[in-house]
Amino acid sequence: MKRQTVRFTINGEARELAVYPNDLLLNVLRDQESLTGTKYGCGIGECGACTVQVDGAPTLSCLKLAVSVDGCKVVTIEGLAKGNQLDPVQEAFLDNSAVQCGFCTPGMVMMGRALLDEKPRPTEQEVRDHMRGSLCRCTGYASIVRAIMVAGEKAELS
Amino acid sequence: MSTTVKIPATHLETGSRQVGRPLERIDAKGKAVGSTRYAGDYVMPDMLHAKVLRSTVASANLRRLDVTKARALPGVVCVLTGADVPKHMVSTDIPGQTGSWGQNTGQPILVHDRVRYFGEPLALIASESRDIAERAMTLIEPEYEPLPGVFDPIEALKPEAPLVQGVGNVVASQMVRKGDVKHGFETADVIVERVYRTQFIEHAFLEPEVGLSWIDENDVINIHVSTQVIEHFRVVADAVGLPYNRVRIRGALVGGGFGGKEDVTVEIYLALLALATRRPVRLEYTREDSFVGHGKRHPFVMTYRTGVKNDGTITALEAKFIADAGAYVFLSPSVMVYAATAAPGPYKIDNLIADAKAVATNNMYTSAFRGFGAAQACVAYEQQMDEVAKAIGMDPVKFRRKNYMRAGDRTATGVVVPSAIWTEQCVDQAWTALGEPVEVSGPIKIGRGVAACLQGYGRLTSLHDTSEGWVGVERDGTVTVRSGVTDIGAGQVSALAQIAAEVLGVTLQDVAVYNSDSAVTPLAGTTTATRALYMTGNAIRQAAEAVRRRLAQRAAKAFNVPPDDIDMAFSKVFVADDPAQSMAFRDLVRICAAEGIHCSELAMFCAPFTEKLNPETGQGQVHPDFSYGAHAIELTVDTETGEITVIKSVGAHDVGRAINPAAVEGQIEGGAVQGQGYALSEEMIYKEGRLMTPSLSEYLIPTAMDVPQVKCIILESGSGLGPFGAKGIGEAALTPVAAAIANAVADAIGVRIAELPITPEKVVNALREKE
Ligand code: FES
Ligand code: FES
Repeated sequence: MKRQTVRFTINGEARELAVYPNDLLLNVLRDQESLTGTKYGCGIGECGACTVQVDGAPTLSCLKLAVSVDGCKVVTIEGLAKGNQLDPVQEAFLDNSAVQCGFCTPGMVMMGRALLDEKPRPTEQEVRDHMRGSLCRCTGYASIVRAIMVAGEKAELS
Repeated sequence: MSTTVKIPATHLETGSRQVGRPLERIDAKGKAVGSTRYAGDYVMPDMLHAKVLRSTVASANLRRLDVTKARALPGVVCVLTGADVPKHMVSTDIPGQTGSWGQNTGQPILVHDRVRYFGEPLALIASESRDIAERAMTLIEPEYEPLPGVFDPIEALKPEAPLVQGVGNVVASQMVRKGDVKHGFETADVIVERVYRTQFIEHAFLEPEVGLSWIDENDVINIHVSTQVIEHFRVVADAVGLPYNRVRIRGALVGGGFGGKEDVTVEIYLALLALATRRPVRLEYTREDSFVGHGKRHPFVMTYRTGVKNDGTITALEAKFIADAGAYVFLSPSVMVYAATAAPGPYKIDNLIADAKAVATNNMYTSAFRGFGAAQACVAYEQQMDEVAKAIGMDPVKFRRKNYMRAGDRTATGVVVPSAIWTEQCVDQAWTALGEPVEVSGPIKIGRGVAACLQGYGRLTSLHDTSEGWVGVERDGTVTVRSGVTDIGAGQVSALAQIAAEVLGVTLQDVAVYNSDSAVTPLAGTTTATRALYMTGNAIRQAAEAVRRRLAQRAAKAFNVPPDDIDMAFSKVFVADDPAQSMAFRDLVRICAAEGIHCSELAMFCAPFTEKLNPETGQGQVHPDFSYGAHAIELTVDTETGEITVIKSVGAHDVGRAINPAAVEGQIEGGAVQGQGYALSEEMIYKEGRLMTPSLSEYLIPTAMDVPQVKCIILESGSGLGPFGAKGIGEAALTPVAAAIANAVADAIGVRIAELPITPEKVVNALREKE
């Protein structure tokens, strides 16, 4: 197999990478780019721990070939905060104690962000429905759902 | 030296500035921004990638294991089989940091000749890339001679059953005898009997097992690993034949444990491969590896027989547990102790027989899981309480109230509990919190259930558990905590910071915690058995108080008052009655440092030490103390489809003292949802020992769509043995949930489904049978 060159931006930075056609975006991010905030939880699209944004859409990076993001904008959990200024979703996760072991947190935050981008004031049911593919074994989801709703409310107030 | 500071009066009045507040955990931010490094996020130059090859049969002799092709594959650096590694058995954490007694799992590191379960490790591969390791796996050809297997613990007890382990396949048993059961049943008006069953359960922590090993310049094997127990360094050293001080285990923040990272996972494999290759080695399980590769929660068959008088007095209980131990012993003996001694639950039952047996089969081995045997017992005793109440026509809450164990009563093993027993408060509050029932109609039926529980916290007292912790103050007024404790996600580390901050009068941000390194942090013991806060929290409190005493003594001299009059808060040291007399905390530390006053302390906290239980009667102390709690459920059942929807879920627990109420709520909410999965959807299915549910789309843990907002009721008796009167909550949060759900289903449809999980199919079948 031969490597191919892909060009895309990661967290706003233009990158040109040599990847194999079967390299998964998850592994490229973690191994080549050392962006380890994106997590491996199952590798087959069943847990949501690997969620990133590709051109604004929440995407399971364990199912996405790296070559397929050529020309795209990829945002990972590391790219959400602006310096010390956390994203309101991250802020709300901290305020609402939505982080326990934290292994699901990056994926959850990325999913939450994507929902609020589309629907700034979701109902509880909408949040739960949107998050159904993202598993958490620690929190019982209550605090996560709360955090996303609070982030939406706060954004509207400000 | 003294400057004037204004101390806000409210904080002085409450006396507590850090403990008891829902503070943001010190580990939360790194996790939310993705900068936290878990064990799987470390790499090293020249690192190899490892894989474990596992058996695809459950019971066989391994005739041949030909690895020549795999060894010849370019990029493969090392292949190890049973013939290449020491025969040492894989150990559990039982040796841990406690020296009182040991326990071997009986499992060889790699199969030598006999395969006893599907997924048993056959060979280890280290290669230049993950892909090459995977390809090498396909080149290894095991040759099996099939042997008859046994896959059901009751079958395994029959004399003609194939022998897997032990004598007649019994690998562990525990009995409890109290009072006169025969007489008890004779005086009963009604006797109720039922068999309850539970299933294999998978921990399904989000982070699969992972670790990185390397040999350093001092010939020490370093292992950076996701584990609940860094003190497996001794087990690893034994396995590979090194002195204990040549193996160093560094934990990391753990992506979930729940008991599944209590036994050794990848550590021994990593040590062997690093020794064989002299290169760093990384081993990361796939989700399937993880599902196949670690022990499960024991399935139990529980036969309960209860005698009761018409006025609701329980006169006798006989409880028999048969648990599937799977192919190797692991923690089954301790799980049986927990189960048998919890058989009567939080009730006063003077005539009691409880027998728990763990039986070997060719299924996956079973070991620790949040609740540890006591959770299974609760599934039985709380369903039985409802059935007994129904049999005598009494309200289930009223019936329970009549039988609660209360302060001064003796437990099943004859011990007086040293703390408050608030079962009644917990049940009443959880039950009341359900409020008005939702409206239903047509085929939808509504049901309600409650369950109470007791759950020991702290390891078995026969293990002689200890925890060491170190606290020091720095000249800029910051505080350093060192403790070997691992943080598996519940906020163990943050709680230590909160305790040190409370005692030394600084803020949480002023405290740094260094933890989880077996070579450099004081050995704190395991993060298991709801012991971390109790044991390590006490050690850190002791250490911090010793430092505080010395600092206060010096401050007292400066202000010319007795040391008891000195208080510390907001990074100031002041005279309690006259806060105007104060100095900055850091100035005091500087003075002490200059005068050679010791500004740090290493403390050791010891749990009560006892003998093992009396083998004939099961009498004696089991746990340092117990937590008591309850869970209440309202749900609906669609009688046409069998679908169950949990509408309300309320956990009420006496946590003694909530060090961080937000963290306590997190435990109760998480426990409620894990318990719901246990009751309704989760089951590791084995067919002839082979795992049929090796993925998260087949093994169904609850999603955000499946669960309601959990209501948490935190009660604080202040009576626990933990720091500031805290009890443990980690396990108790889960224990009563499944029984409450089972009781609610029975309430809704009028038939009891005594076998978990209660699936729609079982509901429909039960309703059909009822007609
Ligand atoms: S790792 Fe991608 S969904 Fe689980
Ligand atoms: S916080 Fe542990 S999996 Fe969600």
